[in-house]
Amino acid sequence: MACAHTHTTSLALPELGLQKEELPEPIPWKTGKPGLVPSLDRVAPMFATATSTATPTSTATSTSTPTPTPTAAATATKPPKKTPGPKRAGSGLPARPVIRKLVWLRRISQTAFFGLFMYFLCQTAFRGSFTAKADAVVRLPLPVEAFLLADPFVGAMTLLSTHTVYRGLLWSVGLLALTLVVGRVFCGWICPFGTLHHFFAWLLPSPKGRGSHRVEANKTHVYQRAKYYILYAFLVAALFGSAIGGMLDPICIAVRSIGLGVIPALQYLTHRGLGAVTDHGTRPMQTAADHTQDLLARTIWQSHQFYFHQTWLIVFMLVAVLFANRFIPRFWCRVLCPLGAFLGVFSKFALFGMEKDHSKCTDCNLCLVNCQGADSPQGGVKWRQDECHMCMNCEAACPEDVIKFRFLPNRKSAVTAPDTIRRTTLAAAGAGALFLPAARIADSLDVNYHAKVIRPPGAVEERAFLERCIRCAECMKVCPNNALHPAMFEAGIEGLWTPILIARIGYCEHSCVLCGQVCPTGAIQKITEKEKLGLGQPPIKIGTAFYDHGRCLPWSMQTPCIVCEEFCPTSPKAIWVEEVVAPVRDSKPGPNGELPAMKEVHLQRPHVDPSLCIGCGACEKVCPVQDQPAVYITSVGETRSKTNVILLENTNYNQST
Amino acid sequence: MPKPFKESSSPTPREPPSRREMLVRLGSAAGILAGASLLGRAAWDKGGFGLAAEVGARQVRDYRVGDRPHPGEAFAELAIAHGGLVDVPDMARTLVGKAVDALGGMKRFISRGDIVVVKPNIGWDRMPIHAANTNPDVVGAVIEQAFNAGAKKVIVADGSCNDPDRCFQRSGIWRKAYSMGAEVILPAEHRYRTTRMKGEILDEWPIFTTLVDADKVINVPVAKHHNLAKFTAGMKNWYGVLGGRRNRLHQSIDVSIADLATFMRPSLVVIDAMRVLVRNGPQGGNIDDTRVMNTIVASVDQVAADAFACTLIGQHRDNLAYLKMGHERGIGTMYWENLRVKEV
Repeated sequence: MACAHTHTTSLALPELGLQKEELPEPIPWKTGKPGLVPSLDRVAPMFATATSTATPTSTATSTSTPTPTPTAAATATKPPKKTPGPKRAGSGLPARPVIRKLVWLRRISQTAFFGLFMYFLCQTAFRGSFTAKADAVVRLPLPVEAFLLADPFVGAMTLLSTHTVYRGLLWSVGLLALTLVVGRVFCGWICPFGTLHHFFAWLLPSPKGRGSHRVEANKTHVYQRAKYYILYAFLVAALFGSAIGGMLDPICIAVRSIGLGVIPALQYLTHRGLGAVTDHGTRPMQTAADHTQDLLARTIWQSHQFYFHQTWLIVFMLVAVLFANRFIPRFWCRVLCPLGAFLGVFSKFALFGMEKDHSKCTDCNLCLVNCQGADSPQGGVKWRQDECHMCMNCEAACPEDVIKFRFLPNRKSAVTAPDTIRRTTLAAAGAGALFLPAARIADSLDVNYHAKVIRPPGAVEERAFLERCIRCAECMKVCPNNALHPAMFEAGIEGLWTPILIARIGYCEHSCVLCGQVCPTGAIQKITEKEKLGLGQPPIKIGTAFYDHGRCLPWSMQTPCIVCEEFCPTSPKAIWVEEVVAPVRDSKPGPNGELPAMKEVHLQRPHVDPSLCIGCGACEKVCPVQDQPAVYITSVGETRSKTNVILLENTNYNQST
Repeated sequence: MPKPFKESSSPTPREPPSRREMLVRLGSAAGILAGASLLGRAAWDKGGFGLAAEVGARQVRDYRVGDRPHPGEAFAELAIAHGGLVDVPDMARTLVGKAVDALGGMKRFISRGDIVVVKPNIGWDRMPIHAANTNPDVVGAVIEQAFNAGAKKVIVADGSCNDPDRCFQRSGIWRKAYSMGAEVILPAEHRYRTTRMKGEILDEWPIFTTLVDADKVINVPVAKHHNLAKFTAGMKNWYGVLGGRRNRLHQSIDVSIADLATFMRPSLVVIDAMRVLVRNGPQGGNIDDTRVMNTIVASVDQVAADAFACTLIGQHRDNLAYLKMGHERGIGTMYWENLRVKEV
């Protein structure tokens, strides 16, 4: 990327041993001449802390002009309606009406998109309907994965890894187009995860999060570069064949952590709380509690509790980045978000932007108090277009006539490209390139493939799967039986949080193809029931069942059972039973202490027909041997693999593909 | 805490605390100790097995209605309604009507204002054509009759084996029951409560409370083949009452079926044998495994109803151990021909 050219000199200043005379240009409002300004306001303070002798220009000026007290700042930034002219600081010029409206429009947009996101997330579950006919095809009525389809970081990653744009992902071009017109408006107006951080940064400011500390926190800092390096590393990793970047995509994180962590946890709490009411309350209270639970089960979650494998790490990550807002406001958006970085790179070309008239700036810093992107809106430095979330707070707060957002602004006072260092960029790209070999020389893919890495039905071959799977957890959320779970290290570090089927918790519902329907990248293909069940073609197998004869009741304990056979959904059943008459010892000794008598029992002993078994795991789920089942599935025999096979007839090396 | 001496209230650093302060300190320490001791004593668990286990009464749920005296010919106790093998519209409705009328009509079982639970088999994610669940038309006919007899509310519920949403929708029962005005309740975790049942092997189990909190309960099972129990209809249908891991019951399936039938005594049994799964039960999935029989069996005796219905797939009551157990426990009679039987 051609970036970081305009200001490499100013970046290099500290390293070159900056002289006091070379400190940034005289501050324009002191000379009265609008002119050159340093591109990065951090240069001087950084130098100051390093030597502890030089006067940090910007902080010094802000402390020497004590007019904007914290309280004044707080009142002044409230909706401008309440603060007519005289109460505003400085000249007290009101913001343009359009800006005041835009700020409110932004808040409405944030709320609406967050609501839409949560609505889609709660609808990522099949809920039957009394209007549907028995033969109606079971699909979700809404495009619940819409936010992921519009995500250009996901689009770019999968484009690099697969050289294609999968189906609905073409929508991501729309978001790119929006960015090319109005910059990172997604971050400030649409992104549900960004809204969450906006909210938490407001809810959880540190005791130091006001006044000059807050102003300092909202200035541009060098650590904000990190997200660009993360982006470049992920994109190069994608080019080499791993969509691991989805791990840090904000929409993926939101779906994964809220869908697999927050919602089930709330359900757990509610179930406990209302359960206590039903156990101890009066009759009307019990009825009310039952109806509440019914309503919640039909709208927010499902009728039974969902559990997710090792989901603590996912929730911990959410809590950690939310809590980080206490130290750095919108830490996630400013420092880590690869999608924000992606949009930041392209906001260079945005038609909409900011113009500043430095000569009018009184250094009141009101713009900084509510700055979301830490993009240097204040006078005396250049605006950072790639960091700006277009929240419009700065112009709404500015009591002078300094900040103006407009189409096709002059760029005298703006930095448009990300402030990255070429050498670090190359290092990040190198790290991304090295990730794939580093992950694959570990023994999880080409050799010693984990038997329990059972992918959802319709999943593509494992290497192609890792090129596509962004770990968004949509499939796990939609799975009606709680069968799909985020892998920890079963599929290697490369497969972290990719979906695996844990049949002990839930089995693959025979006629269900919802995971493929919601998969935004085609890691799970949109198969039909006909393809899955194998009507007129071989069915889709995800694994094969095996018996542990030492634990199976009819096999080793001479006890009738065959629940597995009853649940086997294929027709004809892949589990068949052999009728035997087996000897069994009586449990009690004879009346005179002789050895227990032997008798005979009629038993049905189950067998698997591997050519019929589809590996759905229903048998494993229902096996009454509670802890470690007597019948279990492993991934061998899965349709998607040409090598992970048992039967010679399925080894199609010699067949044309 | 390092506090400057001059800020302290006492003029000299070594002056002892005042009497008042000393009493407060001693008092608070003693108070906390006393509180902790009392709490510990009150919550003391002396150990040992089962000391805390509360033993509730073992229950049965009996919804049977008495044999009301009837002028003239006595009502049938087992009614069998056959239709022809040619498809006629509304055949299920007609047959259910005929069979129930032979027993004295639905008004005999349902009083005005009753809350009625209709318990079909909605166990599997199969469509009506597969005959693994009760035929929706049969369920609809029973609901209609219940409302006509004056029921205030009709509730349709079952605890499914597969994903309940899918089972209820794809069985066609949800749509049918809703269109008839019944309330459909899907099994949800919060609707289960642990109950002690009066059974030989069934004791404490989570029970689907919706199915037992009613004035009258009508069992509407489907007759079908079962690979382990050989044939199942009415008595086995009560598996839908149980939550928890009912897969363990298969080790003694006959006793558990008899136990459940002891626990649940319905007002009326209406067995759907319109289309019968004759092999690969209980789940089926292949239309070739089903046979159209266009038969409805209604009875006040669930054992007799099952004993008759098993003949439809060529089974005999002597092969079905749970029938014998039910007979011996006095739940009903397996010798159905000893009842007042009416074929219509």
